[in-house]
Amino acid sequence: MGEPVDFFDEMNGFGEGVREPYQAYQRLLSEIDPARLKRQSKKAEDFFRRTGITFNVYGEADAEERLIPFDLLPRIISAREWRTLTKGIEQRIKALNAFLHDIYHRQEILRAGRIPAPLILENEAFLSQMVGVNPPGGIYTHIVGTDLVRTGPDEFFVLEDNARTPSGVSYMLENRETMLKMFPELFSNVGVETISDYPSLLRKALAASAPAACRDKPTIAVLTPGIHNSAYYEHAFLADQMGVDLVEGHDLKVVDGRICMRTTCGFEPIDVIYRRVDDEYLDPLNFNPDSLLGVPGIFDIYRAGGVTITNAPGTGISDDKALYSYMPDIVEFYTGQKPLLKNVETWRCSEPSSLQYVLENLADLVVKEVHGSGGYGMLVGPAASKTEIETFRKKLEARPANYIAQPTLALSTVPILTEAGLAPRHVDLRPFVLVSPNAVDVVPGGLTRVAMREGSLVVNSSQGGGTKDTWVLSDE
Amino acid sequence: MSKMLGRTASGLFWMMRYLERFENTARLIDAGFRMSLTRARTAESEWESVLTTAGTRDLYVEAHDRFGTRQTVDFLVAEKDNPSSLYRSIEAARENARMTRTALTRDVWEAINETWLQFKRDHTAQRHQTDLQDLLSSVRQQVALVRGSINGTMLRNDIFRFVVLGALIERADNTARILDTKYYVLLPSSASVGSSLDRVQWEMILRSASAERSFHWLYGGEISPAAIVEFLIHDVRLPRSIAYCYDEIIATLTGLEQEYGRRTDAHDLAASHEAHITDSTSDAIIGSGLHEFLIDFIARNAALSQQIEQDYRFAK
Repeated sequence: MGEPVDFFDEMNGFGEGVREPYQAYQRLLSEIDPARLKRQSKKAEDFFRRTGITFNVYGEADAEERLIPFDLLPRIISAREWRTLTKGIEQRIKALNAFLHDIYHRQEILRAGRIPAPLILENEAFLSQMVGVNPPGGIYTHIVGTDLVRTGPDEFFVLEDNARTPSGVSYMLENRETMLKMFPELFSNVGVETISDYPSLLRKALAASAPAACRDKPTIAVLTPGIHNSAYYEHAFLADQMGVDLVEGHDLKVVDGRICMRTTCGFEPIDVIYRRVDDEYLDPLNFNPDSLLGVPGIFDIYRAGGVTITNAPGTGISDDKALYSYMPDIVEFYTGQKPLLKNVETWRCSEPSSLQYVLENLADLVVKEVHGSGGYGMLVGPAASKTEIETFRKKLEARPANYIAQPTLALSTVPILTEAGLAPRHVDLRPFVLVSPNAVDVVPGGLTRVAMREGSLVVNSSQGGGTKDTWVLSDE
Repeated sequence: MSKMLGRTASGLFWMMRYLERFENTARLIDAGFRMSLTRARTAESEWESVLTTAGTRDLYVEAHDRFGTRQTVDFLVAEKDNPSSLYRSIEAARENARMTRTALTRDVWEAINETWLQFKRDHTAQRHQTDLQDLLSSVRQQVALVRGSINGTMLRNDIFRFVVLGALIERADNTARILDTKYYVLLPSSASVGSSLDRVQWEMILRSASAERSFHWLYGGEISPAAIVEFLIHDVRLPRSIAYCYDEIIATLTGLEQEYGRRTDAHDLAASHEAHITDSTSDAIIGSGLHEFLIDFIARNAALSQQIEQDYRFAK
């Protein structure tokens, strides 16, 4: 059915007909009245608004809370595809943890010359205060949200590792809840893996990393910058689902060598803090002195084993986009194996020959800041105007080491529901991973982000992207 | 989860204070609006007294030179620079609810969120006087929904108790302010006792406290200043009377004492305020100065609020 297309569509392939993972769903979909689809779509939006599942956009004058558009058509992944992805993700995350331990201890990868030392030692995300510190269980990245993109039936690439403070897991869970409400019959006819135990797995993973000072059942808290943070809804959601406290920096204080929260009955110690605050704001005594979000002295307590901070301070360096280009080497160095998941080809603009290539091909490339995130400060060459490209060229020439460039990938598409019926839109995929001392758990699902505008490749919610429920099929 | 965060207790307390204020201001606007319709000649002074009761008269006169119905209503409903406007009250209530979301049931959070969304829809649509009536009645309905979800779904623990305390402290303050703004019409020396002007004024007081039906039920047609003072200050059957609020405040603090295993200074302070209210008869209050009594009570009530904040560590 359909005509051959330039992009791989996860439902219809390259135009050769409905692919196997989508067949059962497609049969059910064809029986649903299109008018009902539209009604349910409106209902879903009302549900999100009523529940207050919103995010704030930075830099907007009247910082209204916005809804992330939710599309009713699921993105479906077969059990076989999922097994391949899971293996690749586990390998990569084990390598990342070994890498983080190494750079904060013996730095063997630098001595072996596999990564240029300045990239680590002069990196602003490298925390020299973490040198020699041993996080409980040796884990740095307890919570990861690896960004994947797809260009063909077996072509998956890792786009970003997101080992710092990945967000979006609440959308994965709420999207599924919404789908269960809107189309309960789908789930009794298609075998979909469940994701609802994520909060209890998260709680277990956090409890498993209790610090030496913890004598009893660990007390856990989620640390949020507060209600004006763009991901506040998620922070409250996770605390609520885990049944733990949601704290802000000014609720906490160092008392007798422990981090304590101010309760109605006095100060109570916390054992594990799942922080959604960046490293530099964590501790005004040890890092950014102007921070009002952190807790003075928390880092000293952490080093002394009085509290566990997850993810560990200093993990942010693994989100550096220049470092990303070395990930294949990192995986090989620590696992002795070839990477199972591919990296996207990346030009480091710090290298003169790469810079020259990038400058000559700006109109075809995607250029990103090495420390950027959320789709801010990037250039998508094919979608940019001549003026935008020239403005960006000046920035790039002024600070080449601040940028990397990648080819514009032919991201796969999945149909969404539009006014005119179903239409393909580009997607990416963020599975969520939990690391405990004995296990790496990849929850069977994830957040599918979708560019709602026709032809657009930018899926970030801050840039108008939407989301879909993500189904991993069970083995029959 | 072990003990509640002080900040959470603060959020719950203030969520309810703002929600209560939201409802009370709506009722005040309603009473003022009625007055301005029935007594067009004195409408401006009625609006001025409504602003005084809402505690925003001084702020109002900074930007306005007369107390017209349209300007006053806009100021009380939608003015973002007026911290007591309906808009700002429900915004603050919802912000505190968002901050303490993990302590609220899903029903309560959704009811508050819906109240905020509904208010934003209503006030953007409000164009005519009939729309104002709809908006004010929608405020009452939405708040009733929130209160219903609180009573129907929340555990009777410390979370619930801080919610209740916030509502009662705010309500006692409001009732005292309503009486104080009109204290002169309740004075024995008031020139035109029994005249129609007084009757309208007294009705306005009762209406502002949502007490006109129950008053007539209890007192029949007999409206007298002493009866109104007795009713709004001392009658524990009236859920907006000061005595009722303090009865419940004491009961709630006693609940907290049992839950936490310690008595607070706030508890002692509330008990002394309650004794002071009970010991002052309505005749004595009217005889020796209703205004002085009310001013003193408003200060005592504010002191209790601060003591609660301190004893339960709302802030560092």
